[in-house]
Formats: sequence, structure tokens, C-alpha cells
Amino acid sequence: MTATQDRPAAEIGKDRRRKEDQRLITGRTRWTDNITLPGMLHLAMVRSPFAHASITSIDVEAAKASPNVVGVFTGKDFGEELGACINAWPITPDQKTPAHSPMPADRVAFAGEIVAVVVARSVAEARDAAELVDVEYEELPAVIGIKNALKDEVLAHPELGTNKSALWVFDSGEAGTGTDAEAAIEEARANGIVIEREYRQQRLIPAFMEPRSVVVDPTGEQITMWSATQIPHILRFALAATTGVPESKIRVIAPDVGGGFGGKLQVTPEEWVAWAVARRLAKPVKYTETRSESLMAAHHGRDQVQTLTLAADKDGKVTGLKVHLDADLGSYVAIVGGGVPVLGAFMFNAIYKFPSYRFECQTVLTNTTFTDAYRGAGRPEATYAIERLMDELAAEVGVDPLEIRERNWITHEEFPFTTVAGLEYDTGNYEAATAKAKEAFGYDELRREQAERRERGDRVQLGIGVSTFTEMCGLAPSRVLGSLDYGAGGWEHASVRMTPLGKVEVVTGASAHGQGHETAFSQIVADRLGVPFEDVEVLHGDTQVAPKGLDTYGSRSLVVGGEALVRAVDKVIDKAKVLAAHLLEANPDDLDYSGGRFTVRGTDQGTAIQELATATFAGHNYPDGMELSLDADATYDPVNFNYPHGTHLCAMEVDTETGAVKMRKYTCCDDIGVIINPLIVAGQVHGGLVQGIAQALWEEAVHDDSGTLVSGSFVDYLLPTAADTISFDVVHTDDPSVCTTNTLGTKGVGEAGTIASTPAVVNAVVDAVRHLGVNDIQMPCTPERVWRAIHANDGDAVTPADAMPHFQEGALNQDEGAGQ
Amino acid sequence: MIPVKFDYLAPTSLEEALSALSEHGDDAKILAGGQSLLPVLRMRLNAPEVVIDLGGIDSLRGIRDDGDAIVIGAMTTHHVVRDHELVREHALLLSKAAAEVADSQIRHRGTFGGALAHADPAGDLGAPALALGAQFVIQGSGGTRTVEADDFFVDLFETAIGDDEILTEVRIPKHTGWGAHYEKFVRVAHQWPIVAVAATVKGSIDEARIGLTNMGSTPLRARATEAALAGASATEDGVRAAAEQAAEGTNPPTDLNGAADYRQHLARVLTGRAVLRAAGAA
Repeated sequence: MTATQDRPAAEIGKDRRRKEDQRLITGRTRWTDNITLPGMLHLAMVRSPFAHASITSIDVEAAKASPNVVGVFTGKDFGEELGACINAWPITPDQKTPAHSPMPADRVAFAGEIVAVVVARSVAEARDAAELVDVEYEELPAVIGIKNALKDEVLAHPELGTNKSALWVFDSGEAGTGTDAEAAIEEARANGIVIEREYRQQRLIPAFMEPRSVVVDPTGEQITMWSATQIPHILRFALAATTGVPESKIRVIAPDVGGGFGGKLQVTPEEWVAWAVARRLAKPVKYTETRSESLMAAHHGRDQVQTLTLAADKDGKVTGLKVHLDADLGSYVAIVGGGVPVLGAFMFNAIYKFPSYRFECQTVLTNTTFTDAYRGAGRPEATYAIERLMDELAAEVGVDPLEIRERNWITHEEFPFTTVAGLEYDTGNYEAATAKAKEAFGYDELRREQAERRERGDRVQLGIGVSTFTEMCGLAPSRVLGSLDYGAGGWEHASVRMTPLGKVEVVTGASAHGQGHETAFSQIVADRLGVPFEDVEVLHGDTQVAPKGLDTYGSRSLVVGGEALVRAVDKVIDKAKVLAAHLLEANPDDLDYSGGRFTVRGTDQGTAIQELATATFAGHNYPDGMELSLDADATYDPVNFNYPHGTHLCAMEVDTETGAVKMRKYTCCDDIGVIINPLIVAGQVHGGLVQGIAQALWEEAVHDDSGTLVSGSFVDYLLPTAADTISFDVVHTDDPSVCTTNTLGTKGVGEAGTIASTPAVVNAVVDAVRHLGVNDIQMPCTPERVWRAIHANDGDAVTPADAMPHFQEGALNQDEGAGQ
Repeated sequence: MIPVKFDYLAPTSLEEALSALSEHGDDAKILAGGQSLLPVLRMRLNAPEVVIDLGGIDSLRGIRDDGDAIVIGAMTTHHVVRDHELVREHALLLSKAAAEVADSQIRHRGTFGGALAHADPAGDLGAPALALGAQFVIQGSGGTRTVEADDFFVDLFETAIGDDEILTEVRIPKHTGWGAHYEKFVRVAHQWPIVAVAATVKGSIDEARIGLTNMGSTPLRARATEAALAGASATEDGVRAAAEQAAEGTNPPTDLNGAADYRQHLARVLTGRAVLRAAGAA
């Protein structure tokens, strides 16, 4: 398509406001819970209050007799018909994977697991009747927490004989991508520096805005499921694979979906239960979870203990890294639950030239909510560990943390660079991103202020944190996924259809849930095809409209789905050219294509793509041998991941009297290649930053010893709001390192902010109080933890606080008194 | 989330409300803005058969001057309390504390009397009301009585209001010209205070009155600190020394935001800061 190269790039790079926002923000749209079908029934779930228990009996009679209750079902009522929640990524051949029934009949493995479902004519009646279901349990010992699980004394699933699910190992010496890490550590113990740390990645809850919701309509030739999901295509596949209904009889629709952050990358018990009930009763049903149910039973994220050993020479040049992860899967191995920490395996070496590397990941089962992907999925954990370690190494060597990174990073002349983890980074320029971030941040000035505050013993100390992150995104080359035993590919599909009056319908298999695909993809098509932005309609999220696709996660939509789209558009132009040449009575080689028009070189003759669309519809005049359609499909399987990177700088003030922390300044310079829509990118970066900062400072899902989720509402699970954040300085390199493996030169940005920001913040907090003898503070860095860290060495009797409910007696804000 | 079914009554006079309350007794709950009650109902932590909404009783709203006190109707919203001229002039501490209640939406719905009657020890208004020596006017079918602040807060979510009584208004003795500050310690803006200190001082310093939020099952006075501050000068060292006694007699909770000993430490630090700010010395 050399003829298209001079087209004007009017849309790419433009701050287009998102065309989908009016309907999304006002809510006047098809959220799953807005869907109402004739005769639709409503479900309420009965959930286990115990983390681990045998179900002795379930008495449903009172519930059945409740007004307008149509049915009450338990696991026994369905048996095999219920299907199963699948694990699509067994990380080792001998992985221990407990059977995961959507509604177990005999034993529950976490508090919040579904044991019965009530079907009624209204939501309220279903909820009231659910309270009348009388379940008798025999409580079993529950295993809570990674370290308890590793002991194998109490078992999450007794039939497995162990809590250890799988051990996944990568060793650069064995893989031939580097040397032996153990030897490097031994050498450093004798002649260099060894940094050994244990870091905790606390458990997080994705906390998407729209609670999960599902509607199933079994009336019709196909059974239709609407679900607030990120993965309609994978959902259809899994329903067919586990419930015996042929794929061709299943239609899955993800209508507008209000956020996911990985939390809706799941095949959920709730979906399977709704499916079974609708089929059994032959009536449409709806289930929408409450926020409490969402926090308790939708999958959680993170939750690792990281045992780390970094070896370096005396100048701070790293010679080896050894990582041992213990990762909490929760009660079941969820769809990609085991694979999430493994994704991080390739990122611990980050932007650095480490000669040796060993990675081990032990996954364990516990009696808690199952865990799975959460924004960044494995990569934030890896980035946190290495960026914290690099700051510790800098402190040990006694140089600026940026200096220690420069001594170890891949220089821009060295790309393409094959890392010790075996990935080939195509491009990058860490020097440029760092220089720009440093300048925008006012690095030297803030360092001066920090020194002054230390000097005068100011009550408020200042710390500066660095995070020079990279990530692998654009999931993923299918063959690579195959080599990792992942259950699917990583390609994406697009179709471009020219309508008779010259509009363009674009179909993508990447199912958006708030990212702005409709706007960004319209910009790409507008430029590439030379049509007005407004004339492009982006369709997605319905397996009958967009039959092929692998959905949205892993910062893949633009870099994989966008490339499929580009290729489909190019095919449309190729097809149109044949017709244009015929109608213009010209040789195709003499045609130029620009701004949506074919012109005959050297003449004023030409025809527009819209005219050709109409001519194709009419079919009155076209060349022999031409298929009478301009429409085209393309499937693109990426040849590599892509590797956005950036330098994030954070300044935190720490009140040494109270431990309170306050963000002073946050600057990031991300190199994400070519930017399609800077406004959308800014939104992704700002939102991503807040989510990563929230891990550093606020969010933590806590179970008590019996397995009850203590942080079971937003009173105790602290999400930040705009009132808690500052205005971030988001800049980009002037001359980005353009991705070489896709046509547009784009890199993913959906997870970048979250991956990068967490260590920047914690590094800043630690840096503020390092001179007081602190070298780590566990996340989230609560004021109490900061205060205790400051006073850990001064003889005060300070002990870590156990997680306990807000007031020991009674539930939170429970109104037992004479309150009004 | 859906509450258990209940009957909703919307009386338009206090007499009507009291009669409904005596009819339904324990089965009834008073709705006075609903910012605490509704979440409790929705989470099914409480299931009253009858909810009596005081929102339609105009006589319970408003703030008036009554000689040596100002009188705040129980159904006056936090927003009105915060901005009211009489409150700013005679009970500045209340204005400052009302400004820190939750967020703007809640301040426009939640009520002064509702919050005090709810008696959440982490609520922002108990400590300033206690510090200012508020008097609680409570009406039942048998008549009206007035309860002093020291006797009003009984325990966690428990006050001197009887089952068949309604808090109608709160009298705040005038503290005209007193400096005031409400120092609230939170991790995120919309959170209940981990600890908060309500301080108001006359001159610098003739007299100080200090209330503590979330340092026990009820709002508490930091009496030892008050005594140490009477007649002291508002210097940083002096105030901080007096504030060292602020946690005496407290019994704060331990939860995800902090253990009891940390809260006691906070109470000392924040008391010093609040008093200095109230005295205009910080």
C-alpha cells in the first residue's frame, strides 16, 4: 500500500473527546442491569458465612413458600448440569487444581461461596427469601495466609493432600539466556554487595464501578447471556466447553461494561448459576450483585510474598537476581489465576542488563476468595520488587537512585536487546525519558529541599521516589502463550464494512469496558481510510456481531486489535482500488489514494471511497473477476510483545510525629510510542497512577483468622477519591521510541500507570525517613506503619497491629442504640 | 442492596411522631436524614418494622438565638450548621467540625440531631458538642427534659434518649469570641476519623475545652489537658506539654487504621496542634 503513504494524518494525535462518554456517563445506555426482558425472573444468592465447611443440609422449604418465589436450587439440584469454572492456564503439568463447582453441593472453600440460589419475581422478594434458606454447616479448619498455607498443616482442599498448587521455575543458566544466579550471589557475598529482602504484595480488590451483572435469556434458538464481562468470547467458549451446549447455540453479549481492571476477566460462578437456572426454568433471569457481594466474592488480585536476593559488585553493577514468590491463589485456581505471577517472571529484570536470573513461583491454595488478574497482573508485583531493590542498592552504594539505574540499564544504542528472561525488547530510550522526567519534576531542587529539611530536623521530612519501569504488553504472540501452556491464543480480529451510503462499520473482537475503543479506533480508521471521524461506527462485545476475538486485557486492544484493524482497512482500500481503476478507466498503478479519494496521477479525475461503496451496493458496473464487496476481515497474531517504559518520580512528605504521608509532586514521562489520542492516554495514565498509588498507600483486603473478609465494605477497604490525589504532571518523550512490530508504532498504556507508580510512592516514603533508620515499610504505608517504622529502633514498645474489625463488638456502624 | 420490608411513616408534627413512636416502640426507628440509618438498613444489619421520618416536621429545623445560648433544631443539616451566622459567632467549634463531616452530599442530607442521637463515637459532632457543654432537649409523651452533655452519651451508639423519646433541639451555651479548631486525622478524605480533636479556647489561654472523637465508646473530654492549659500561655512547648495528658482515661478501638496505643499517641499530638490552632498560635 505504498499509495496510501501521503494521506494526511488529521485524526491520529488529536485530543478527541470520547464519543461514547455521553451515554456512559449519563447511564442512559445498556448496562446489563438496565436490561429488562418480558417475564424475567430475579436471582438472589445464598452464600457461605464460613471460609471452610461441609454442607450438612439445606432446608429450602420456607424460602420456597415465600411470596412470589418461583424456585430455590442448590448444587445437588443441578449436579453435572451446572458445568464448572475453568482454569485456562495450568502453569505446570502437575499443577494441583481443585474442582471448582459454581455452587458446590458438599463443601465450601471460602466465605462468600454460593450454596443456594433463590428465584423470584422481583429482586426484593428473592433477597427476602434468601434469608429464609436454612443451611447447616459443619465448620472445618480454614487455612488463611500464605505462610500458613505453606506449612501444609491445615488444608484448603483436604482431598489434594497439600496446599501447594504448582512450582514454576525459570533459570537463566538452564535456559541459556544468562549465567547462574546462585554463583553470582556467592561471588557477591565474598566480594560485592548482596541485598536480601522480603516484600509483601498485599491482596487487593479490583473494585470496578459497575457491579457484576448477568442476564440469561433461554427463549429462542440461541441462549443469550448478557454479562458485565471483559471477555464475551472466552465466556462463550467456556460455557460451551463446560455445560454441553454447542457454541453455535450460545450468544454472549457484553453490553456497555462499567470498568473491570482485570476483575471482569473471569468466568464466574454467578454466570454459571444464572445460566443453569434459566435453562432449568426456560425463563429469562437476571442477577446483579450487591457491592458487599462484589467485594467478598468477585476475584481479588496480587497477594504475594516476595523473597528477593540481589547481587551486585561494589560499584552497584548488578550481577544476579534471585526471586522466590509465594502467591496466594485463594480457594480455587481461577481462569488465569496461576498464570498471573508467572507473567511477572519476565519483568523482574525490567530495564536492566542483569547477567543472571533465577525465578521461582510457588502458588498456594487458601480458604479465601480466589485471586486472578488485577490491572498489571504480575507486572506491578515484579516492578515493585525490582524498583524497591534498586533504591536499596543505591542506598547501599551511596549514590543517587537514578545513578544506580543508569549503571545498569540498557542504553538506547543497544536495542533490540534480548534480556536475561529471554524477551527481545525492540526499542526504548531510558535516558531520554529519565532526562525529561527529571527536568519536569525539578529533581535537583527537590533534592536540595530534602537535604535542608533533614539538616534542620523538620517535623515534616521529604522523600523522593524513583521508578523506571517497563512492561511487556499487547498480550500476546499465540506461540509464546502456547509455550507457557496458556489455554488460548493472543491474536485479534477486525472487520471493516462499507455501508451503501458510504459509512464505515468497524467490528473489533476487543471488547471495551471503558477504555475508549470507539473513539480511538474511529480515529485510526478515519486517517487510514480517509473518511470523517463521525462516519465510523465501532461495534464490539456481541458474539453475533463480532464473532471472533479475544477481548480486552493486558493492554492489548490498540496494539493487537488496532493492528488487525489497520490490516482490514488496507484490504478494503486494495479491493476498492480495483473498482476505482475500472470506473475511472485507468491503470491501477496510476492511482493514488489520499483523503478517501483515488485520483489518477497527472489528471483531475478521481472517485471517493464512499462513491465506490455505493457503486458496489448497486453492482451495476464492476470488473469481471471482482468479488462484489469492499468489506474485509483481518486476523493479526502479534510477533512480539511491546515494551512501553517510563521514568516516574514522586515526592512525598512524611509527618514524622504522626506518620501521615502526603503526596507533594508526581511526574511521569512515559514512552508509549505513537499516541493515537492524547486525551485518552492522559486518562489512562492518571487513572492508572491513582490505582497504583492506592496500593502503596490505601488499599488492602484483609481476612481475619477465621477467613472473614474484614475489609468488606468501602468503609474499611479504602479507595481514594479525587479529594485524595494531586494533579499529576504527565509528559512524554519528544521523540518516542516507536514500536517496530506494529504498523502504527503504538505501545500499550492501559496498565502503565499502575505498574509504575506503586514503587515510586513507597520509595519516596522510605527515602523520607531512611535517615531515621528505616529501609522498608509494608504496603499499604498507613500512617501507623510509617510511625512504627520510624520508632522501631528507639526502644518504644511498638508492635505491629493485627487486623481487626472496626470496634470489636458488633458490626460496623451497627445501630443498636437509640440512634436516629 | 435491599432492606427488609418496613412501613414508612412521615409525620408532619412532633406530636404525631411521638404518638407513632409510642405505638410502635422497639419496632420503630427514627429517620433523621438517613445518612447512617439507610446504609444499616440496606446491609440488613437492622430491620425495623416501622421507619418514622422526621423530615416533614418543620419545627425541628433551624437555629435561633436564645439569650446565653444558641438553639439548634435536631433536623438542621450539617451544611446549615456549618454556615450559620449564629454558629460562627457563638460556637465556632461546631461550624469547624460540621465542615469536616463526610462530604458535601452527606452534609446536605445528614442532620445535627440525627448524628448526635446516632452516637457513633467516630462521628464528628459528639466531641465538639461535649466540649461546648451542649444541652440536649428530649421530648417524650410524658413531656420534655433536658440532658447535660456529660450525661447524654452513654455508650457505643447509645444515648440518654429513651425508646419513646425524640431529641428535638440542642442548646449550645454561647462561646462568643472563643477560638476553635477541629483537627481530624484520616487516611482518605471521606473516611470516618481515626482520631479527631475538637478544641476551643478563650483568649490565649484563659480557658480551654477539648473533646476527643473515636477515643472510646463515647466522645470524651481531655480534662487533664484542659486543666493544665487554664491560664497557660499559648506557646508551642507549653501547649504540647499539656497535650501529653490528652489520652488519659481514653480507651480507643483497634482496627485496620490503627491500634489503640497509636490512637493515644495521635490524640496527644493532635490535641497540641488543635489547641495551638484554636489559640491562633500555629
